[in-house]
Amino acid sequence: MQQSESPITVETAKKLGLSSDEFERICEMLGRIPNNTELSIFSVMWSEECSFKNSIFWLKTLPREGKSILKRAGKEYPNLIDIGDGLACTFLMESQNYPSSIEPDQETGTRVSGIHRNIFAMGARPIASMNSLRFGNIESNHTKDIVKTVVKGIGDYGNGIGVPTVGGEAYFNNSYNQNILVNAMSVGIVNAGDLDSNIVEGSENPVFIVSARTGEEASCSYPFQEKTLLEATLEIIKTGSVIGMQKIGKAGITESMCQIISKNAMGMRIDLDKIPAIEVSRMLVVAKKGEEQAILDTYAEWDLSCEQIGEVTDTGQCEFWSNDEKIAELPVEMLVKGGGAPVYERAFKKPRYTKNISKFNIRQISTPKDIIKVAKKVFSSPNIVSRRWIYEQYDSMVGTNSMGSVEPSDAALVRIKGTNKALAITTDCNSAYVYADPYVGTMIAVAEASRNIICSGGIPVAITNCLNFGDPNDPEVYWQFVHAIKGMGDACRKFRTPVLEGDVSFYNQSIFEDKTESIYPTPVIGMVGILEDVDLKTTLNFKSEGDLIYMLGNSYNDVGSSEYLRTWHGIQYSPVPHFDMHEEYEIQSRIKELINQGLLESAHDVSEGGLFVNLMESAIVGGFGFQVETVETFKKDAFLFGESQSRIVVSIQPNREDDLQNFLISNNVSFTKLGEVFGNEAIIDEINFGSIEEWKRVYENTLSEKIEGK
Amino acid sequence: MKFGVVLFPESNCGRDVLHVLRTVMKQEVVELWHKDTALPDFSVGDCLVLSDGFASRDNIGSEENTPFSPIINAVIDFANNGGYVLGICNGFQLLCEAGLLPGKLLKNESQKFICKNVHLKTMTNHTAITSQIDPDLVLKIPIAHEQGRYHAEETVVNEMDTNEQILFKYCDEHGVINTAANPNGTLANIAGICNKNRNVFGLMPKPERASEAILGNTDGRLLFDSLLTTAKVEMAAG
Repeated sequence: MQQSESPITVETAKKLGLSSDEFERICEMLGRIPNNTELSIFSVMWSEECSFKNSIFWLKTLPREGKSILKRAGKEYPNLIDIGDGLACTFLMESQNYPSSIEPDQETGTRVSGIHRNIFAMGARPIASMNSLRFGNIESNHTKDIVKTVVKGIGDYGNGIGVPTVGGEAYFNNSYNQNILVNAMSVGIVNAGDLDSNIVEGSENPVFIVSARTGEEASCSYPFQEKTLLEATLEIIKTGSVIGMQKIGKAGITESMCQIISKNAMGMRIDLDKIPAIEVSRMLVVAKKGEEQAILDTYAEWDLSCEQIGEVTDTGQCEFWSNDEKIAELPVEMLVKGGGAPVYERAFKKPRYTKNISKFNIRQISTPKDIIKVAKKVFSSPNIVSRRWIYEQYDSMVGTNSMGSVEPSDAALVRIKGTNKALAITTDCNSAYVYADPYVGTMIAVAEASRNIICSGGIPVAITNCLNFGDPNDPEVYWQFVHAIKGMGDACRKFRTPVLEGDVSFYNQSIFEDKTESIYPTPVIGMVGILEDVDLKTTLNFKSEGDLIYMLGNSYNDVGSSEYLRTWHGIQYSPVPHFDMHEEYEIQSRIKELINQGLLESAHDVSEGGLFVNLMESAIVGGFGFQVETVETFKKDAFLFGESQSRIVVSIQPNREDDLQNFLISNNVSFTKLGEVFGNEAIIDEINFGSIEEWKRVYENTLSEKIEGK
Repeated sequence: MKFGVVLFPESNCGRDVLHVLRTVMKQEVVELWHKDTALPDFSVGDCLVLSDGFASRDNIGSEENTPFSPIINAVIDFANNGGYVLGICNGFQLLCEAGLLPGKLLKNESQKFICKNVHLKTMTNHTAITSQIDPDLVLKIPIAHEQGRYHAEETVVNEMDTNEQILFKYCDEHGVINTAANPNGTLANIAGICNKNRNVFGLMPKPERASEAILGNTDGRLLFDSLLTTAKVEMAAG
């Protein structure tokens, strides 16, 4: 074996980002000192991104099983959801925070496209994507510039691949001033019969690297390469000659090798000299020996390069060769998470800032006299107004499956061609809630995702996540992380939504001269649900004048962590909004029954901005006004702008009122009759808040005015 | 009437058109590969659809003399013989570059990609693709492009106006054609045109995305219905 020129010491390891403990562990496990190449492999495989070493201990507490997980011939497919009709659905969320913060555009696009490769490497066709974005203060020029470049980057690449961006989130908060978040989610569909299960049996099977050609066609655009790779890959799966496939992602070829072979305790021999020097759009493909030609032919037809770079072995070793010399040889088991990679259970302690939160008392909040002025202020927050400036730069309808372009629902609905079903997709996380209380805040993120799917006519089936936090070595940050995971686990168990593979992004922080400030803890939940029948589709807009407006669920004198408290009172520390898991589960079950009975004209959950924003959104999209009364026993500001959870506003035809009331009373559901869909103005307690047309202008134009100054 | 949909390696929108014509409209549709050089199975009365192809065009060569996929010459011959050719979005851009339609499509005024539903006013129903559309009806059909700002010389536009070659203009929800309703800075709110012989059509809006009730958007279907009705009348007239 080739030895490097200079001796390998703990200092070499440190330069590669490994700790002295980790270096010791490597030497001990190997029974020798690794060479330079081997140490580099460890530094990648034991990095946070590959090994999840600071998170895996807690991630393992999340529920992975459920009746929705696909099972075939006695085998479970942990990242596939059985959606019936012989189809399975898979989805994944991934962080691309760092490159986006440093150099957006090119990098952002690269990673957004990379997310689809995870999906089609499983043999699934990506049919929808979402983005969950967090930016700093919108008034800062830095934020405006970064919003423009990130959104353009996501659009430029995403739009060419033909996968619609059907929804997502964008929030603005000072905690992201120096460290934005860009999380992407891809959702795919696969014929359960076509599944490539990544079982690499049999040594001597050839290993190929597939990539776009260089040379005369190097100028062709990146999304074009990704698109052809997608189509060609789905085509070769049909040949039946593929036995393993893996995207080559951010950690390079070693990670992909290990992922393919570790499941079956096989080994792999790779000739480094045969790997083409291309940075993007790469896949590792293992073929059945003797059946390579079908795969080579297909890729050639799509003008993609497919080179054999090695073969599967039965040694359990990752071997790298160059110039007919073995330059590295490491047991696969030592490299991978759940195997030899370290697992750290970090110390945690309750952060000091939580004391400020406990001090909050709603009695100190006086109800403002001019409630219209408050409404205007809250409503024009960049966290409330329409994000159309962002999403209109994405192709949201390619594929002709997007069901909500005219009448939207709380979750994005995507029809599944060839069936009578649709997927309901949503991403959710209010990081101000998580900051106030990571456990409850994360339960709310799961609950709201589920609520959005229920309000759209679907049933939640599973979640993925992207967990964005500060430095895990900071016990106060780790406290946030641990409690977020506990909240997510409890909520997912209650909603019976298993957790599919996700991503973790630590070290999201701003560094100042004298201190380091972490971002708000942001565990983004990506949830997918299913509409068993597309006719169950329920939308959020008011439908006809005279329809009655009801709010289902309990009201509380609660303004905790609301947009109102931040924008009007300038209060940063307040408790998480009221949330009770039982209450939440009950209200969702009842809404589901009401939708099944065909009683509802619209359904829309109360979330950021409270009831006022909820009503305004249904009015603006529907093109109708409303006339409602508040309930005197509650503070008016809390009733209109409070964000207590588990409330859903519905509208019904007047002749169904008895049916609705009978149902609610017999099921013990708390409700408030608010009023009716009426005229073209917003009237609350007989006060005219102005025309819906005028509120619509604010809703649609504020974000573009703030970002572009026009 | 038989349809031929031209597909490119990167085709997304072409496959959407294929889906609508075949599955929704129940028509006979032939998939054509962009490397094909002849169209032996097509005759006057049939219709070819181009809906994407920009990435391939860029990819095939930046040389001035080879800007097109091989099939484009066959499409040009087919159009010159009187066959129907419909270019949607990127397809409209290609037909302009191939000289089958006047003018060109520039980058949107905002310099940004725009995807949204827009309102359209039908300017003439003296064409196969608009024959069944009530001119008073305001259509709602989506756009999705970064390069959809129509431009042509004033004399060309005046001539198109006189000849009723302007098919659609962007308007507001009440049917008023104004600057506020112009999504991309296009000349005179032009959203779609045809050639002088009225057999080649170019549209920036994407009717295939608005042809199914399940998507909550069906106005695009009126264009395909018009085309099929006209074809039937022509067949009957022999």
